[in-house]
Amino acid sequence: MEVKDKKSKETKQGMLKRIAGPVVTAVNLDAHMYDVVKVGREELMGEVIKIQGDNTIIQVYEDTSGIRPGEPVSNTGLSLAVELGPGLLTSIYDGIQRPLSVLVDKMGDFIQRGVSAPGLSHEKKWAFKPLVKTGDKVQGGSIIGEVQETNIVHKVMLPPNAKPGSVKTIKGGEYTVEETVCILDDGREFPMMQRWPVRVPRPVKEKLNPIIPLITGQRILDGLFPIAKGGTAAIPGPFGSGKTVTQQQLAKWSDAEIVVYIGCGERGNEMTEVLTEFPHLEDPKTGKPLMERTVLIANTSNMPVAAREASVYTGITIAEYFRDMGYDVSLMADSTSRWAEAMREISSRLEEMPGEEGYPAYLAARLSEFYERAGLVKTLNGGDGSVSVIGAVSPPGGDFSEPVTQNTLRIVKVFWALDAKLSQRRHFPSINWLNSYSLYLDSLHDWYDKEVSPEWNKLRSWAMEVLQKEAELQEIVQLVGSDALPEAEQVTIEVARMIREVFLQQNAYDAVDTFCSMKKQYDMMKAIRMYADLAYAAQVAGVPPTQINAVKSKNELPQIKFIKDYKPALDKIGKDMDAEFNALRSAA
Amino acid sequence: MKEYRTINKIAGPLLFVERTEPIGYGELVNIILFDGSVKRGQVLDTSDELVVVQVFESTAGIGRDSGVRFTGETIKMPVGREMLGRILSGGGKPIDGGPEILPEKRLDITGAAINPYARASPNEFIQTGISTIDGTNTLVRGQKLPIFSGAGLPHNTIALQIARQAKVLGAKEEFAVVFAAMGITKEEANYFMQDFERTGALERAVVFLNLADDPAVERIITPRLALTTAEYLAFDLGMHVLVILTDMTNYCEALRQIGAAREEVPGRRGYPGYMYTDLASIYERAGLIKGRKGSITQFPILTMPGDDITHPIPDLTGYITEGQIVVSRDLHRKGIYPPINVLPSLSRLMNLGIGAKHTREDHKKVSDQLYAAYAEGNDLRGLVAIVGKDALSERDRTFLEFADLFENRFVRQGYSEDRTIFNTLDIGWDLLSTLPVEQLVRIDRDLINKYHPKFRNEQKKE
Repeated sequence: MEVKDKKSKETKQGMLKRIAGPVVTAVNLDAHMYDVVKVGREELMGEVIKIQGDNTIIQVYEDTSGIRPGEPVSNTGLSLAVELGPGLLTSIYDGIQRPLSVLVDKMGDFIQRGVSAPGLSHEKKWAFKPLVKTGDKVQGGSIIGEVQETNIVHKVMLPPNAKPGSVKTIKGGEYTVEETVCILDDGREFPMMQRWPVRVPRPVKEKLNPIIPLITGQRILDGLFPIAKGGTAAIPGPFGSGKTVTQQQLAKWSDAEIVVYIGCGERGNEMTEVLTEFPHLEDPKTGKPLMERTVLIANTSNMPVAAREASVYTGITIAEYFRDMGYDVSLMADSTSRWAEAMREISSRLEEMPGEEGYPAYLAARLSEFYERAGLVKTLNGGDGSVSVIGAVSPPGGDFSEPVTQNTLRIVKVFWALDAKLSQRRHFPSINWLNSYSLYLDSLHDWYDKEVSPEWNKLRSWAMEVLQKEAELQEIVQLVGSDALPEAEQVTIEVARMIREVFLQQNAYDAVDTFCSMKKQYDMMKAIRMYADLAYAAQVAGVPPTQINAVKSKNELPQIKFIKDYKPALDKIGKDMDAEFNALRSAA
Repeated sequence: MKEYRTINKIAGPLLFVERTEPIGYGELVNIILFDGSVKRGQVLDTSDELVVVQVFESTAGIGRDSGVRFTGETIKMPVGREMLGRILSGGGKPIDGGPEILPEKRLDITGAAINPYARASPNEFIQTGISTIDGTNTLVRGQKLPIFSGAGLPHNTIALQIARQAKVLGAKEEFAVVFAAMGITKEEANYFMQDFERTGALERAVVFLNLADDPAVERIITPRLALTTAEYLAFDLGMHVLVILTDMTNYCEALRQIGAAREEVPGRRGYPGYMYTDLASIYERAGLIKGRKGSITQFPILTMPGDDITHPIPDLTGYITEGQIVVSRDLHRKGIYPPINVLPSLSRLMNLGIGAKHTREDHKKVSDQLYAAYAEGNDLRGLVAIVGKDALSERDRTFLEFADLFENRFVRQGYSEDRTIFNTLDIGWDLLSTLPVEQLVRIDRDLINKYHPKFRNEQKKE
């Protein structure tokens, strides 16, 4: 993999010929596809997206108002790349890796244009600790040292495309990201920072099959539809069905070591909520602020559309960089539909032949290229790392047959179908248990067997069966009322209701219920199963369903969710249920 | 300033001007007619051969002999404190017979995006006095909360009631209303104006009127003028500004009209593919900024064509705004005012503005329980229509009755009935007390003991 850093000399200047919104045309420009160019006197940043004879077509990452034909355009000769090195964590970037905090300092509260800002601070000094010594053989991707960045240790690596060599000098101490920390015997010098073009996946040694679940603390996800570390998932849903809350819950509680959160064309106030909330939330594992493991990319809906198109690539490249250090990274993209719309907007300005619903014909290819950058991998330096990608999709009118949802579903392995009907009755997370699926169940089977309980997989299938059965019964109930059902099925209806209300419903805003450990999930499901067994036994013994459903102790089960040290309460409910059913049976 | 007479083509609201000097993208354009009158437009596409100008007014009277002057700057809006109390056209010219606005500043009307890092998180509860909003879809300062309505429903009355009653508990601050009408009838506009005058709100308001018979293309700039004014009042003068935009459906129609005239590839139902981005550039101009005193809260109103919430206009709006208040024809037919259907309604920022610190500790859980119970009762209505009330279980009957009670006591209220949030929550508890206590699964025991009428009274007795 060759990065085009080599021809960084400025080539000859071109001239603007036409400006139509974010897409401009230049002539006399010596350019290659995806070169970054500076447009106009204000040197707005843009990227070459089409070459036609002497005409170079450029998408501009900033507002083009007031730019005139005849203004100069120059080519930097570089691809759109991100700066990778210490300083990424806790940062919040726009779509082209400009730190938003630096932009506030440089241009105030509103985003103006023509201001460039490097992705990493080039002044800040970091304490570099070498992990190799003189004479050691190193190659592309080798870890040569580390920096304590936050509570996360940042591994300093050679760029993936560096040729092998042996270390001549390497010394610990305080360095900026640009200063040389390592010199090889052939004289090549390496700073801590590396640049990587965002549209090119970072290379790995090999891709592995995912076998460990990404634990999220969300019962319906971990329990029923798990995603593997290194897996891909899509959350499609109409507006108001809780996409963003689900994404944020994942960003908060998933047991990844690094979280990259891309707010792609979404609401400004929502990004602010993340920004104000994350520094105060604790990582359930380390007890440190969640912000310390997080990189945020915020290109809100009213920021330039071309930068929105780039934001997804910027995010995944940063995620891959941390993966190469051997970390488990989870990446949330909210929302990939806005990304697709950005592609559509640019494509229509290029007057390309549209595909379905005006989206460009290459939509499917771009989506699959993006999701394929996820995975559990053996890194170039021999470590294991993963990038899990969870993409939100916002289908217009909640219609899942539209192109972005359909093309996404063809690629991803997990589908969490959000349902506006559920959210309207405040069933949260409003993930529909009948439409959702996870294709990782088989590969994660062993993990659940070993780490949770040999019973778990059985419990899970049992719960799914009950829910499926309930859906069938509901159709009958809609017609004739629940009293007309056979007695055993009246019990099933009640058991299903408990699975829904006790297990599936989870309150993201309750301090305890917001995160539910796998152990607690198992205990809760077991308690529901216990109720079911007792209830069916009682029914067989001749106890009428009205009496079974009137059992008081089971009504305490929902309260378990809100209790931190739930074990004593749960045991008591178990005993009470036993006693109540015993009494019923002996009376019958 | 050079005047060109090189118009080559006029199509709909677009002029194609040839052989110009380099013209900037987005520049303001003056078109001079033979009788000396001037129309305004904006550059949509510029190259060394051809400049495309979008005219904001009717193109009647423009011909190939008309003069075109490019002003060299983007469209700017003169703003000043004395705009309060004034009535302007949809293009920003005074139409109340008063003098021209003396500008304190001239601001670009497209406005720049607020840096997400500079935003402050909205968390101040606004009490509107309407239970279905305060109790179950709480509004907070800096939010953009649209009203999704349909033709013939009382959305204007609701908007006015909100504008009249909205207040932050315990605060006396400078507030202002910016009202932008796009393509509404004179009658509707009068309805707003009379209410503003009657309540004295007009002194604190800036009104932009683009009426049904005004040029459609002018509607493209009306909300931008209004929001530029709002930003000045909020972030320069430190006022809390409530912006009412009505009717956004007419705005989107104008957008489609221009898209069609430019022969663009259309998206869903003929609306341009960039409609999401375009609407976002309006709706996102709401919020709070760290270290500045004022705020912008937006109330866009839109009528859903055919009451269809999946139509592109409400759909794209819902994806940008922080929730929606849905006005229901069914409730309206039942004679319930305000006919707000809480089930599809939502306030995304609700959780930031409620709870012990802002309203009351039980707010969230009461609201969830009301929703869940009403949804269940509402479902049962369908069942009753088939099997009759007698076939229902005891439990189901209480839920069915709850749904009726909810509509009649919680939803229904007077045009000028200004309920406090505590009043609203207490009504909620009264309704919940008609259900068996063990059915209140959304509320934890402590809160039930403290607020449930049955236990509340017991506690008092002790």
